[in-house]
Amino acid sequence: MGGWVAITILRNNFMAKIKINKNKCKGCYLCVVNCPNNLIKIEKELNIKGIKSACFSEGKCTGCAMCAVICPDGAIEVYRDI
Amino acid sequence: MSKNRVLMCGNEACGEGAVLAGCKFYAGYPITPQNELTSYMSKRMNETLGVFIQSESETSAINMVFGASAAGVRVMTSSSSPGISLKQEGISYLSACELPCVIVNMQRGGPGLGNIAPSQGDYFQSVKGGGHGDYKLIVLAPASVQDMLDLTITAFDLADKYRMPVLILGDGLLGQMMEPLTIPSEIEPKHYDKPWALTGCKGREPRVIKSLLLADGALEEHNKHLQEKFKIIKEVEVYSQSFNTKDADIIIVAYGSVARIAKAAMTLARAKGLKVGLIRPITLWPFPDKVIQEACARAKKFLVVEMSAGQMVEDVRLAVNGKVEVDFYGRMGGGVPGEGEILKHIESLGGAGV
Amino acid sequence: MIQKKDTALKNAEASVKSLRAVEHHYCAGCGHGIIHRLICEAIDEYGIRDRVIAVAPVGCAVIAYEYWNFDVTEAAHGRTPAVATGIKRVRPNNIVFTYQGDGDLAAIGTAEIIHAANRGENITVIFVNNGVYGMTGGQMAPTTLAGQKTSTTMEGRSLRRDGYPLKILEMLAVLPGVKYVERVAVNSSHEVLRAKRAISKAFKMQIDGKGFSIVEVLSMCPTYWGMTPIQASDRIKNDVAIFYPLGVIKSC
Repeated sequence: MGGWVAITILRNNFMAKIKINKNKCKGCYLCVVNCPNNLIKIEKELNIKGIKSACFSEGKCTGCAMCAVICPDGAIEVYRDI
Repeated sequence: MSKNRVLMCGNEACGEGAVLAGCKFYAGYPITPQNELTSYMSKRMNETLGVFIQSESETSAINMVFGASAAGVRVMTSSSSPGISLKQEGISYLSACELPCVIVNMQRGGPGLGNIAPSQGDYFQSVKGGGHGDYKLIVLAPASVQDMLDLTITAFDLADKYRMPVLILGDGLLGQMMEPLTIPSEIEPKHYDKPWALTGCKGREPRVIKSLLLADGALEEHNKHLQEKFKIIKEVEVYSQSFNTKDADIIIVAYGSVARIAKAAMTLARAKGLKVGLIRPITLWPFPDKVIQEACARAKKFLVVEMSAGQMVEDVRLAVNGKVEVDFYGRMGGGVPGEGEILKHIESLGGAGV
Repeated sequence: MIQKKDTALKNAEASVKSLRAVEHHYCAGCGHGIIHRLICEAIDEYGIRDRVIAVAPVGCAVIAYEYWNFDVTEAAHGRTPAVATGIKRVRPNNIVFTYQGDGDLAAIGTAEIIHAANRGENITVIFVNNGVYGMTGGQMAPTTLAGQKTSTTMEGRSLRRDGYPLKILEMLAVLPGVKYVERVAVNSSHEVLRAKRAISKAFKMQIDGKGFSIVEVLSMCPTYWGMTPIQASDRIKNDVAIFYPLGVIKSC
């Protein structure tokens, strides 16, 4: 049980965020479907390419980086607390 | 420099020339009548710590040569007519990427599978481009086993000097026949820096070897650069031999093994009091136009002799430019003209003040 | 403290030395971008960037040298393994890899790949299988699945007319010169991580002098599959990876 609590505390205090380079995004949205917590949505505005880029929405990012791993265009940076 | 006098066939002499020139990579595929060269290289590359690969096809061989040349070493491949056709794709890429290499074609009878007898039917393919796109090869035409060795060494130097493929255009006769030749025991191969070679980008910017030029006008610029290079070669790297041309009424033009037969015919004709001379192009590209043009001033007729339906004769006609008559005598499909045949043809020319 | 994570998990161009910081020309959802990055990450992790000589194919990835920050040569279509053979034989201390598509490797270059593999050339082959000729407009590839519509199989690939999809890895795996064969995919983050391990392993085999290693990467071509990138990634899971099963086929 103790282990679970520790993980929960760690998770709750864990700071992470992603930064999507909207003008690099080509709009494949593979990040959207690969985020385990559904935290990535589609932007309403068009980017420089005339594409609705992916963007981070509300919610707690765990920094798992699944979005950056799948992004074919290297448009996502993941920052997390170390 | 000590020298060795030995008996060898032309194919082997070519291989030894490559070894002396510092060739470190050979890839080839069996095809008659050049097999002695592939065998010889398999032995000599081992002895000289070079690389020998018997490839799965001529296409692969030329592309292995592409890779090894890109990596900066002296490289060679060889084949005979049908195999050289297969290599044309690679030769075009090598030319486009300005990679030096030596290609040997011991021509055989064609078209198609043809036969394994000597021929000169690949002249057009060799000197006019061969593969796709605008490019030229330096084409050297040996006429003896000694030439096979000497011109191979020259070929490696020219390839490095101009960063381009150089073709040695022999034929089955030259490849198979044995003659005594002198092998220098050692030569100092000329060294050319290769600041374009792929060696891994340690301590420098990465290098790219490519022939795809998509940017607007980039390919035209590259073509202009290649043509500039070819222009320089046309000015400074033209080689030929002339025999008895000063007083000749009839000048034979022949290259390779046919040049030797023609020389014998010339001697026979001279013995009969006919003023016959001979021009033997050593470089088929660049073609010795000037030598032929100069000879036009005196000669009344040219006779081109080839083991083909008449290919080099077109270049002779271009050089002569209508000033004098150009006649042709050729044999095809493995037929080799004898000196008697050529003499008969000379005699039949008549009307040339002979 | 918020701090950037290192290497793979953040922006590729900022952290991967072998990958140039330029946008690439691939379509949205194309797998090439991911595979380029995985290769570059592996190269950086082994610290071999200054020893690498890559051979780029003819196909969509023909200008891969615009994205890779190490020595690269082009090769004629399909001749990639022959060119790599020439390089590796004269420079055995360099790390030589080929990057080839399914048309390049499994159609026009079948002889070259089989014989390079059979000679046991100590090179690494990254084989990108997306089942179509992308660069020329989406024609049928040797790996196109039965029934798949392409610009030369408009009614779907007919096994009777067009023959069967080619499982080249299974063919290569029987050759004794071949030391490592794995098929992976890049349709999801988890598969990408697996692909990363396979590509790293393939380079390790070469570094250790083990012999020929090949990784086939099932990749999406949303444009010529006529799908959205998400549908294309689902198609890999539901169709492509069923016919071309993922996993290690040979490792020795």
